[in-house]
Amino acid sequence: MTSQLDNAARTLAQSHFRTLRLGTPFQPRIDALAKTQDWYNWAGYRAPHSLWDEELEYFAIRSQAALFDISPMTKYRIEGQDAEAFLDRVTLRDVTKLRSGRVQYTAWCDDEGFVLDDGTLFRLSPTRFRLCSQERHLPWLLDSALGFDVIVEEETEAVAGLAMQGPTSFAVLRDAGFAGVEKLKIFDLAEFPHDGGTIVISRTGFTGDLGYELFVLADKALSLWDRLMTAGELRGVRAIGYNALNRARLEAGLIVANADFTTAEHAIRTDRLRMPDEIGLGFMIDPEKGHFNGRRAILEARAKRKLRHVLVGLEIEGNIPAEHAIVYHKKSQEVGLVSAAMWSPMAKRNIAIASLARPYGDTMVEDLWVEIYAMRELQYQKLMKRAKVMARPFIKLDRRTANPPADF
Amino acid sequence: MKAWDAIVIGGGHNGLVNACYLQRAGLDVLVVEKNDWVGGAATSRELTPGFLYSNCSYVCSLFRPEIMRDLELPRFGLQVISYEGGAVFTRDGDYLANYRDHDAHRREFARFSKRDAEAYDRYSRDVTRQCRFIQPLLMRTAPDPTSLKPRDLGELLYLGKKFADLSSEEMALTLRFWTMSISEFLDEYFETDVIKANFALSGIIGTALGPMSPGTAYVLLHHYMGEVDGSVGAWGYARGGMGAITKALAASFKASGGTIRTGAEVDHVLVHGGKAKGVVLAGGEEVYGKLVVSNADVKRTFLKLVEEKELPDIFLRRVKNFKIRGSSGKVNIALDSLPEFPALPKDSPVYRGDMHFTDSIERMERAYDDWKAGRWSADPFLDMVIPTTLDPTMAPPGKHFMSCFVQYAPPRIAGREWTDADRDGFAESVIAQIAEYSPGFRDRIVHMEVRTPREIEAEVGLTEGNIFQGELTFDQLLFNRPVPGYAQYRSPLSGLYMCGSSTHPGGGVMGAPGRNAAAEILRDLAKSTSHMSPAHDVI
Ligand SMILES: Cc1cc2nc3c(=O)[nH]c(=O)nc-3n(C[C@H](O)[C@H](O)[C@H](O)COP(=O)(O)OP(=O)(O)OC[C@H]3O[C@@H](n4cnc5c(N)ncnc54)[C@H](O)[C@@H]3O)c2cc1C
Repeated sequence: MTSQLDNAARTLAQSHFRTLRLGTPFQPRIDALAKTQDWYNWAGYRAPHSLWDEELEYFAIRSQAALFDISPMTKYRIEGQDAEAFLDRVTLRDVTKLRSGRVQYTAWCDDEGFVLDDGTLFRLSPTRFRLCSQERHLPWLLDSALGFDVIVEEETEAVAGLAMQGPTSFAVLRDAGFAGVEKLKIFDLAEFPHDGGTIVISRTGFTGDLGYELFVLADKALSLWDRLMTAGELRGVRAIGYNALNRARLEAGLIVANADFTTAEHAIRTDRLRMPDEIGLGFMIDPEKGHFNGRRAILEARAKRKLRHVLVGLEIEGNIPAEHAIVYHKKSQEVGLVSAAMWSPMAKRNIAIASLARPYGDTMVEDLWVEIYAMRELQYQKLMKRAKVMARPFIKLDRRTANPPADF
Repeated sequence: MKAWDAIVIGGGHNGLVNACYLQRAGLDVLVVEKNDWVGGAATSRELTPGFLYSNCSYVCSLFRPEIMRDLELPRFGLQVISYEGGAVFTRDGDYLANYRDHDAHRREFARFSKRDAEAYDRYSRDVTRQCRFIQPLLMRTAPDPTSLKPRDLGELLYLGKKFADLSSEEMALTLRFWTMSISEFLDEYFETDVIKANFALSGIIGTALGPMSPGTAYVLLHHYMGEVDGSVGAWGYARGGMGAITKALAASFKASGGTIRTGAEVDHVLVHGGKAKGVVLAGGEEVYGKLVVSNADVKRTFLKLVEEKELPDIFLRRVKNFKIRGSSGKVNIALDSLPEFPALPKDSPVYRGDMHFTDSIERMERAYDDWKAGRWSADPFLDMVIPTTLDPTMAPPGKHFMSCFVQYAPPRIAGREWTDADRDGFAESVIAQIAEYSPGFRDRIVHMEVRTPREIEAEVGLTEGNIFQGELTFDQLLFNRPVPGYAQYRSPLSGLYMCGSSTHPGGGVMGAPGRNAAAEILRDLAKSTSHMSPAHDVI
């Protein structure tokens, strides 16, 4: 009987081949605002690069409140008596220290200590978690769960997500009637009633600004959107596309999987694999906690000084973005590559994230240069510009962590 | 009497590639082909008016783009077109499709298993890694590990370095991959029967092994290491059928001054004083050549065309033991309309891809059990395509050519020869399977060509009907192909070379054996190979 039901559902799902890029649960609203019609493929969804003007969308993040649809992000529900122990075993950080109602930015590795992905871990209750990431990991999670009393379920389509980021984001949520949202400190989460159900709001985000992320069951997504837009009208809430968000995340010094590093399950060339210490995630590693995936390899690499790369922030002279430029030592020896770069309106500097071959960027930080090929009217202007290693984030905004959060 | 600079026995695609390169190096080359047409297993013939078949091979991926370019095949009419994935039909009325779009592919797999849907990336990464390891070896002569010649040492070092560049774990994985079964390999990634069957088919095509036999994982790689215009692993249709490839090769050869004689079967190679001097045709005519290159498989060449006494006995013994068991047949069908498959939505791209009906590894293995018992499979495994959904040149508008590659079909039926009645029974097993999924299928059939290993051997000359001119198992690859000590296209007889799929890197419409053999011959003649592009970089 059950298998027959399964077959029916399976047959019903056949028609997906007619829609190669799905809409998210928010799509009707986003489509209505998409003046540029500038789409890209985010994990099989039709997602906007921009909606009306990527420059102005960026300033909406930094001056008002910006709404960004994060539904295509991969989400797993991890639940059970052993959920904490399981997650402590597979992720880098100490999950026993993650209280219920808190969020961890974390990462996880294969047995060789190479990073499979980074992501956010939400502790919704003592026994219930949500893991969000760029890539997909179900086989790995299920295989790792053997011997743990835990259920792992992929819920990407079932749960829609919105990021509301910017100085007025708190005021918008408060005005929308989410009572108690002022109590959320950075990395806190709580449930709030919405449209006959509940949603989860966390004070998290990808912009380095004051901001929140909201998770809602797909069928209540549109009413949530409308609630926020109505409440935010007087506080300048605007929907935005990825390009604006990408600028904000770079100013915040945050990395993107498969843009700033290659995830282990996708790296065809084995020299592209990276340990956490090689992509700036070493801070997550907790050698004191019990065994976790990749621990032995990671600690051995540290002890034997086998770490070959380092990910750094760079400040580059001038104002020409150095996207994908080669990094040189003494203008001649190739030592790395810029993975993301921009002129930062907030820092008023030319910033970049780069991966360098140690010791460059690690103990040797002098005399670094980037070679920028700037195409101008069908001619490359070749520029050799000095680069300085800089601590990330490139900008620190007090409003991000202020308690209680301000209205703007 | 005229003596040609080189005589190539056989106008299969490798013989033609070889002849083209030799002719372009300034040699005066003659190709002698026993059939009235060229192409060998890459041929397209019109057996019923208006319909062109791909009589043997039917899809293209392995054919090296370097060769297409060097021999100007586009100028002589060659076009290869990519097609959409395809599907495995399941017995419960559903199907599992392979879509080109990465996310559609994942969603399709998720209909059966969310877990397997997300396992595909790692699977694909691992197969791609193996592929990248083997690809650069295709267009190089394999080293002779027993030789101390600087070149062999250099090639050995190259191979050794490729291995040394692997971590010890990767090396272990590679060796394991080359020797394990496709079924075991897939078990490491997937849990769903139909999904495993979907990938396993590439591990058994053309081989007399079942999905549970060791060595079949490598066969999968052999079907994955080709490309269509840089898209590695993709397959396409040669416009005008696979014969378009050999037609273009023949035209290119003639345009550079080469001569082809069809309907000219070689009875044996002329040998004087341990040296090949030419060939004797079936009618007794002697044709002289300074050197002879055989495109026929290694068994045909050395057991039929050369007298035993001319060959060292260890070599002979190894040739006799060379594994070349036939396992496949082919049914080519002219259809007066496009068949319908009720399981498939009418607008499904699957119609333009390859279709299969074997939805579990176990069914594949059972089909193989029949082969072992000397029977054709009662429930055969089909690789079925309808190229006319993309190629307007092979059938009149609205009508279609359907190609069914069939496994398993043994070289002999329970120890005796195939009979016509056997052949009809074999065809019926195929038609019955298709009709089960496509009502009214029989009524659409206009004409049919049925080929068991008997027909394939008789026409193409492939011993036992083995499509690769010899099994692609690890013991018959690289410097052991076809036999140890003779992996460099030379033979024990001075002046006699090999250039068919029996030689490295093996079967399929790839052209690499023919090309590599030409490079060795030109080296022996101290002639330039500057007209031969090196293998494209794998970066
Ligand atoms: C049914 C079938 C389906 C296949 N499907 C595919 C596919 O879809 N894709 C793919 O890439 N590969 C496929 N293959 C494999 C591929 O076609 C062969 O491996 C390849 O074509 C062999 O080429 P060759 O030039 O090495 O030898 P052959 O094509 O075997 O050429 C040998 C030639 O020598 C001639 N010859 C033999 N003896 C003599 C003699 N005494 N005198 C004169 N001439 C002689 C023969 O007539 C023939 O023309 C298939 C093969 C078969 C049989």
